[in-house]
Amino acid sequence: MDNPLNPNRKKQRIDDLAATAGTGGGAGSVAVADLTVGDAGHIAESTGVSLIASAWSRLRRDPVFLLGAFITLAFVLLAIFSPLIAPHDPTAGLLLKEVRPQTNPIPGARPGYPFGADSSGRDIFSRLIVGSRQTLIVGVMATLFGFIGGLTLGTLAGAIGGWVDSVVMRVVDVMLSIPSLLLAFSVAAIAARPSQWTVIVAIATVQVPIFARLLRGSMLAQRGSDHVLAARALGVKPSAIVFRHMLPNSLSPVIVQATLVVASAIIDAAALSFLGLGNPDDRQPEWGQMLGKAQQYIYDHPALAIWPALCIIVVALGFTLMGESLREALDPKSRR
Amino acid sequence: MLRFIIRRMIQMVGVVVVLSLLVFLWLRSLPGGTVSAILGEKATPERRAALEKALGLDQPIYVQYWQFAKRALHGDFGASTKVLPGTDAFDLFMQRFPATIELSIVAIILAVGLGIPLGYMAARRHNSLFDNGSIVASLVGVAVPVFFLAFLLKYYFAIKLHWLPVSGRQSAGLGATHTTGFFVLDGLLTREYDAAWDAIKHLILPSLALATIPFAVIFRITRASVLEVLDEDYVRTAESKGLTSRVIRGRHVLHNALLPVVTTIGLQTGGLLVGAILTERVFNFGGIGDTVAQAFEQRDYGVLQVCILMAAITFVVVNLLVDIAYAVIDPRVRTR
Repeated sequence: MDNPLNPNRKKQRIDDLAATAGTGGGAGSVAVADLTVGDAGHIAESTGVSLIASAWSRLRRDPVFLLGAFITLAFVLLAIFSPLIAPHDPTAGLLLKEVRPQTNPIPGARPGYPFGADSSGRDIFSRLIVGSRQTLIVGVMATLFGFIGGLTLGTLAGAIGGWVDSVVMRVVDVMLSIPSLLLAFSVAAIAARPSQWTVIVAIATVQVPIFARLLRGSMLAQRGSDHVLAARALGVKPSAIVFRHMLPNSLSPVIVQATLVVASAIIDAAALSFLGLGNPDDRQPEWGQMLGKAQQYIYDHPALAIWPALCIIVVALGFTLMGESLREALDPKSRR
Repeated sequence: MLRFIIRRMIQMVGVVVVLSLLVFLWLRSLPGGTVSAILGEKATPERRAALEKALGLDQPIYVQYWQFAKRALHGDFGASTKVLPGTDAFDLFMQRFPATIELSIVAIILAVGLGIPLGYMAARRHNSLFDNGSIVASLVGVAVPVFFLAFLLKYYFAIKLHWLPVSGRQSAGLGATHTTGFFVLDGLLTREYDAAWDAIKHLILPSLALATIPFAVIFRITRASVLEVLDEDYVRTAESKGLTSRVIRGRHVLHNALLPVVTTIGLQTGGLLVGAILTERVFNFGGIGDTVAQAFEQRDYGVLQVCILMAAITFVVVNLLVDIAYAVIDPRVRTR
């Protein structure tokens, strides 16, 4: 049904990605065959080895992946242990006495406060460390919600087919035609009282159509494949076929997409804050929010923006490096 | 060919219809409902009732949608409430659209002009230092929040170094004549070359910031596509036939490698519209992006619905044009 030269490239890219895993057992066996031809010495190890395992053997030696994984791991550990690491309470106005609203609203760096404080006298260094947690929550939850939404729509469309498929995909196409952040802004604007959760839902909405197309594509590709046919012939229930046979085989492109989405979700949260659609409550610091709110003093105190921005760039880069190398490792076509 | 175009046009109409339905539902779900959305929270009860009647909010919902669609087709979206109070929202959009088109065209020229040659060079030197370095650079480029990059450019080149103007589209007091709304074109048409040059200087920083992400994407697609084509049998055949490397590069490699790049360029228009919201905000550029950002900040929903609808329609139309261009370049697409 899909010509490889289908001009609609955005959809095509998503579908392509889906198809690499979509052939189900097929993709795995192609990948394994690829590998056995390449290193004959490891036949015993690679026959029957899943796509994931063969990808892992490549990833272990990939410096790009290792760097990305290192950054991500460090970020997650920081998020977990942040309250223990931060030197000060991130919510206490410790330098409030130094804040001069008229002359100098931002207390500068001083011993014990390497990056100074913000306009409420709160230690920026501690806020950056503690902010890792909320940043991780925004990135992961937005991805998770986007995935769940896409999973529901994609499975509905791919597994049921027919008119359900047509209706769902038309809506998905329209969502894709609205420029991504504009869609996120519109969703965020619906909330009467913006909070961390409205930010998460807004960012997740943008990801729903992408995940939906991805999953539907691989479901469709698998419908006619041998392992689904075999399961059906054995009398396996349709729901079990969808959830136990088709879904697990669709997951590898989804994992790639999810890794990349975490990065863009963190960046998008900053953009929402920049436009005043972010979480107004800054007692729990978040990097995107810190960067967005720094705009107010940005020309006199650029450091206020530069530190959270650097944190976002490093973490987004970490997830992107990991996602891109995962994509290459899981995609049999890119093995060269 | 004609059938291809007609089929794509019918698809496009379908997308626009569903899109209008989404915008309609979006307006209704805004905090306080449609009336508050258009008049603001503080409108007098009489005005609210009048508008409710004018909008036919007492009618069944499908009648309401029909009314909405009819008004939308006539370009009647009500007046702006906050951004430019009293101005017709659609007029406001048309008045500010040229600025964004001008900015986007410069940005896409930059992105294409740098992305294709660099992507080609990276592929030719596959796995070299240049190749790996530029891949990393393009990944970093995607990880930087656009508005932060715009700010950095503005801070160093405009505020610190005074090389380029800080904001706006043209210096005040030049007395430039404006006929088309495209300031560079205006300057050239009226032979006010200093005005044109001034407009160009105002375009440099915003377009650089806006071009980063499309540049990174075009660079990577070009590189991947050239790598793929270099592996093809016909390139090897051309080499073994003894064709000069110039003919091979131009006619065999580039010609075929650029096909997917063409579609990518079309898809980047969506990203440009989103990037323009953030970039124009930083530079107070006064285009659609700036208007959307203000409208979100001040919750001017009349303006927003025009902008969302038009942005999506622009995106769909540009992609239709790209698809047609693609079908002209590559006849295989038409048969689908």
